[in-house]
Amino acid sequence: MRTIDELLTDSPTFAGLEPAQLEFIAGCARNEHVAAGTMLMREGEPAERFWLIRRGVVALELYVPGREPLVIETLEAGDVVGWSWLFPPYRWALDGRTVGDCHLITFDGVCLREKCESDHDLGFELMSRFTADVIERLQATRLQLADVHGKVSATA
Amino acid sequence: MVPASFEVVEKRQDTADVWTLELEADSGEPFEFEPGQFTMLAAGGAGEVPISISGAPDKPERLIHTVKAVGLATAAICAAEAGQVLSVRGPFGRPWPLDQVGGADVVIAAGGIGLPPLRPAILRLLARRERYGRLLLLYSGRSPDELLFTDELGEWSQRGLEVMVTVDSAGEEWDGHVGVVTRLVRHAKLEPGVVVMSCGPELMMRFLVAALSAQGIGSDRVYVSMERNMQCGIGRCGHCQLGPTLVCRDGPVYRWPELSRWLAIREL
Repeated sequence: MRTIDELLTDSPTFAGLEPAQLEFIAGCARNEHVAAGTMLMREGEPAERFWLIRRGVVALELYVPGREPLVIETLEAGDVVGWSWLFPPYRWALDGRTVGDCHLITFDGVCLREKCESDHDLGFELMSRFTADVIERLQATRLQLADVHGKVSATA
Repeated sequence: MVPASFEVVEKRQDTADVWTLELEADSGEPFEFEPGQFTMLAAGGAGEVPISISGAPDKPERLIHTVKAVGLATAAICAAEAGQVLSVRGPFGRPWPLDQVGGADVVIAAGGIGLPPLRPAILRLLARRERYGRLLLLYSGRSPDELLFTDELGEWSQRGLEVMVTVDSAGEEWDGHVGVVTRLVRHAKLEPGVVVMSCGPELMMRFLVAALSAQGIGSDRVYVSMERNMQCGIGRCGHCQLGPTLVCRDGPVYRWPELSRWLAIREL
């Protein structure tokens, strides 16, 4: 059975970190099986955890009063769910719901934040990697906002 | 150059504004074409438009077009009923390089109405499945109800095509991917030698090339089908000029590096 620090290397967000850093991060993490339909996070609530998906899909949703939730993006194996634990005011900006049963690695964000403050090398590594993830998802969101499929012409 | 008469023999509504029409030549002759080619199609006096062929290349007895109604000419085509005669010129253009990429993994990356021009390529790839490595379809649409050929995706999957579908937005009832096609690229775990054939909004294809590059796949591995103002279809009128090329004659399928310099010039 693989340990958590070994499992972390399956994700682009953690791959390539020093073994000691992986071990350090794994100290704030645990394996978890989460049933379908579980709300991992709710908009506005304190962001004290985040997740790495090992198996399954998590939907990021926007709550719209009087309507069904709007799914903004789905995340799957290898993706990290949740950035808000890393940045003030440490509150979730979206809802996160498991679409099917999921195998997750759940991180204690407060624990990891404290470790980053005491080990700036680790903090820099994590901040760089999370920023790269944010940039990739920001670019994808820009394309999503462009509504390219809505404006395509007829004659393709 | 002379239009031929084709009768609408079957018609199907795919989505709110997309129809598939099956046509047969009045002459009774089969309509031979290669995947990726297009015709100049017209209904009545509403004008001629370039429409890619969406049917199976190995079944030339019927010419199949899948058309989105967005203007006068396309609305007239979509409104045509069985028995009505349309005018057809073609086939025109450079096809997908299916014979040249034997042995390689092939990714078909389609956005919205970009899937119909790739459907003949998919059918040809599956008909000759043993000649290729991994086959993967990355298909993105605006919403679940705007996806095309959903009744065929399962069959394609059974025949050896991995299918990954994503939509820009969806409600809770959709249990598939939500997000843009570039997000699928990361999860597709592609090898550097893969060949990508893409058709869709130009912006989507630009982002796709960047996402592939981030995964170590060079733009020389990417072929795209371009759309411009094609009118004559044979490289005479110049309306579809893009830099030094005429899309109707030299395209519509290009290797990305052939075009990237010209696509970067905003005035073109």
